[in-house]
This record gives sequence, C-alpha cells and structure tokens, in this order.
Amino acid sequence: MATTKLGFIIQRPPYKSEDPKLAITHAISSQSVEIYLNDGDLVTADIAFIGDGILNCLKNQKAMDQYGLTSTESHIKNCLLLDLNVLVCKEDLENLGLTENDIVIDAEEFGADVTVKVVPFNDINKMMEEVNHLLFF
Amino acid sequence: MGKLTIGCFSSLVGSMNLDFAVKLAGAAIDKGHKVDFWVSGNATMLSIKGQRAFKDYSALEKPLKELMGKGLNVTACEACAEARGYNKDNTLEGFKRHSMDWYLASIFDADRVLHIGGE
Repeated sequence: MATTKLGFIIQRPPYKSEDPKLAITHAISSQSVEIYLNDGDLVTADIAFIGDGILNCLKNQKAMDQYGLTSTESHIKNCLLLDLNVLVCKEDLENLGLTENDIVIDAEEFGADVTVKVVPFNDINKMMEEVNHLLFF
Repeated sequence: MGKLTIGCFSSLVGSMNLDFAVKLAGAAIDKGHKVDFWVSGNATMLSIKGQRAFKDYSALEKPLKELMGKGLNVTACEACAEARGYNKDNTLEGFKRHSMDWYLASIFDADRVLHIGGE
C-alpha cells in the first residue's frame, strides 16, 4: 500500500486558457485512479491557487450564460464535494483587492463538507514540500 | 533504470514544447529508462495521423513512431481529443487514448515527473 501525493498549482486566470480547468479536472481524476492501481494504493491531489490563478475562485461566474460552459467556480465546488484540499493564497488575494467574501469558500448546495482554505503563502509552500510531485498550470 | 512520466499540454503547431518533450523522451529511452508520455489539452494534436511535414511547422509523427518502436508509451486524453474532433479513426497507430486518471496512475510510480503546461 502506498500513497503518492500531488500538488496542483494554478497560477493562470480563468477563461484565457484551458489550463485552470485542466488542472482541476486532472485533480478530480485522482478520485478514480484506483482502477489502474493495486488495492490500497492511492493518489491524492491538493490544489493551490496563487497569483492570477486566484481569479478562478471568484463567485457568481456566468460561464454558462456567456459561453454555454460549466464555470470554473462549479469545478471548484466539485473539488470540495470530493473532499479535495483547496488552498487560496492569502497574500495574492489581498494583492488583487479581493476578500474571502469575493471567492468560492464552500459548496453547501452540493453537499460538500470541506471548504476552501485561504492561507498564507508559507502554508502553500509547506504543502508543496510535502507532496511527491508538483504540477504547475 | 528509472521511470519518467512526461505530461505535455501545449499544441504541436504554435509551440516548441512538444518538440522538446519528445526529444527528452528519446534521450531518456536511449539511456534505458521507461517513459510514459501523456498529452492533454491542445497537445492531443500530436495524436493525429497524416499531418503534413512542412519545414516551417513542427511535425513529430516520424520521431514519435521511432520512439514508440523503442517502447515509448504514449497516451492522449480522450475527452480533450474528442472535443477537438480527433477521433479513433484519425489517431496514430499505437497512440493510446484514456481518461485523465491514466496520467495520475502513471505518476503514481514514476521516479520523476516532467509536467509541461499549455500555452
């Protein structure tokens, strides 16, 4: 039995490129990876939004209205539903003039128990040191 | 010898990232390492067969086939490919197609991971 920890670092803004969504969907796929692994083996995914990547977390995205697409906000809520560890860099949030009130924090309507954690960059650094592999998007 | 998992998300034409990644895969295989190669997003363009090899545009079908003959394991994200109209019928022979969890499963026991994001 072994566990491989992955850290998904999202630093690009939403809708400008496909990267943030690909990061989130790849992270979500950690929930079905067992079909390829031996019994008891696991892959875990932590997600951290930093820099312009913070903008992915804004509330009330209108992607479905504007583009007919599932919003990145909705993908983040799915991560919470799946109990993934989602971190947002506190300093970068403040740099963008945003507060916790401006971003997705929970997904109660989806039935999620966990919430997004706004943390100092030091905590994100710590997560990056603890994982086996980092994937930057 | 070790196992290297390479994930690339950049397009074949319009970026040199896939050129670099395929060259790196070749170097690793020549040294005796096992290499898994995952393409997702725009990089799924690598999976299309019959691309014309102009001298001004990246064209990797030939070196890719050579590396696959040496054991390179290449897989495209099926959803990303289908979203772009790349279906089974126009996929290079030997190029596998799976869901994203294949990439994470490959990373699970990789000694090193090189993840090259998109544009």
